Amino acid sequence: MNYRRIKEKIYKWIFTVLAFSSLFFLVGIMIVLFKEGTPIFKDVGFFKFLFGTRWYPTHEPPDFGILPLILGSIWVTAGAIIVCVPLGVGSALYLNEIAGFRQRQFLKPIIELLASIPSVVYGFFGMVIVTPFLQKTFNLPTGLTALNASLILGLMATPTVCTIAEDALSYVPRSFREASFAVGANRWQTLTRVVIPAAGSGISTAIILGMSRAIGETMTVLMVAGGAAVIPKTFLGPVRPMTAAIAAEMGEAPMGGDHYHALFAIALVLFLITFVFNIIAEIISRRFRIKLGLSG
Amino acid sequence: MDNDIKMKADKINFFYGNTQALKSVDLNIFSNRVTALIGPSGCGKSTFIRLFNRMNELIAGTKLTGKIYIDGEDINSPCIEAVDIRRRVGMVFQKPNPFPKSIFDNIAYGLRVNGIKNKDFIEEKVVQTLKKAALWEEVKCRLKESALGLSGGQQQRLCIARCLAVETEVILFDEPCASLDPISTGKIEELILELKKDYTIVIVTHNMQQAARVSDYTGFFLLGELIEFGRTQDIFTAPKDKRTEAYITGRFG
Repeated sequence: MNYRRIKEKIYKWIFTVLAFSSLFFLVGIMIVLFKEGTPIFKDVGFFKFLFGTRWYPTHEPPDFGILPLILGSIWVTAGAIIVCVPLGVGSALYLNEIAGFRQRQFLKPIIELLASIPSVVYGFFGMVIVTPFLQKTFNLPTGLTALNASLILGLMATPTVCTIAEDALSYVPRSFREASFAVGANRWQTLTRVVIPAAGSGISTAIILGMSRAIGETMTVLMVAGGAAVIPKTFLGPVRPMTAAIAAEMGEAPMGGDHYHALFAIALVLFLITFVFNIIAEIISRRFRIKLGLSG
Repeated sequence: MDNDIKMKADKINFFYGNTQALKSVDLNIFSNRVTALIGPSGCGKSTFIRLFNRMNELIAGTKLTGKIYIDGEDINSPCIEAVDIRRRVGMVFQKPNPFPKSIFDNIAYGLRVNGIKNKDFIEEKVVQTLKKAALWEEVKCRLKESALGLSGGQQQRLCIARCLAVETEVILFDEPCASLDPISTGKIEELILELKKDYTIVIVTHNMQQAARVSDYTGFFLLGELIEFGRTQDIFTAPKDKRTEAYITGRFG
């Protein structure tokens, strides 16, 4: 009897520790980012770091302005959104509203499978197929551009957007649709005036999480974005998003030097951006559940 | 004494996949009367009522044989659109299902989807139907608030108002009081009696007292068959079929 109680206590402790370990890692990562990132703000100045337009970390004297990198990330993410929202939301609407049961059983896993392709494979696909295509079509010196990264990132974020948007649509109670049909609304009116508004915040959440996915993606942008740390002026030019800068330069930055701290500071900025995205997504989806009368 | 036939079901067989839910059902629905359909769970009465506004065609894998008429017209004829039927035959569901919109927009929805754009007309109609559904006094100061903030009984009256706004000729009630308390139930029953002046009403109910209180005609369903149909008074006092008698006296169901 006593032995069983001790056993139960031990189990309880093991699972408690496991559950709280994520919190431990999150806090740990934040501490390291802050500790290694903030020194650069002292040397360069916070605003000059964030809004400086020149990123030449290995010049003498070096320039640590990350605006081109931030803008690079924003451009490819915005481009990815333009690609993944119609693709993701469109396929979610198709799956939920038009596809029959069998088609859905077949299509949904396939769309989800897109998410399981390693990012390096996407990058490879971008380099070998999309790059020459863009180069030829637009007559460019190089096909490694913001547009290329946007297309590939958009494709990568599509399953995220589609899966979450589809869940949101399927949470809309059947009774709403029935009520709409019962007063003489047709399918299109029901979809646009009842189902989509009811699933609206769920769909927004899907889009924000898709953005999170795109802005944090590293390997693909490293391979196809072109890598030039300049302020982007066109989608047809190369860019260097924040993730690509960190991944490409961390190996060469002498440990403990300014460059090293600057890369950590970029990681910190990136972390805060995705953190904010996720919080917004969480708030919206919570409101959504309350709105539909599901338990919060 | 007998009345005009508003709707008519003729040799209805209905299948969910391979399961037969309704077996050769014939039934007349009389104008400006309340017809109650009673029977144990799973007897097909809800399935049956949903045929009158073609709601079952939203469910995949169903099959219907036999005909349903409204004013002598076949509602499933290829020349008639489901939306046209639903504008004439409204429905109130078992669980109150207001849209996650404001009280005002819930009622205006039916008008708007039917192509009405005149704002004054819509506003007038909203007020009028809320009054008719005996809900106006309770909600007149909060028309812009979400309908989901209303109590269950209020929500159900809102759903009735939403249905009234479309100016249908028939209203189908599918166990409208199943999730309501006795006071709300009483209000809905009063409302049904009030509405029969202008509408033809069909109500599915589990509650036999309710059927006895509100209806003029009663049909008793069992295992997909219409066992007995007649004037409510007769069904409850002198049922012809033993099974009807057993059910209404509470021996099963």
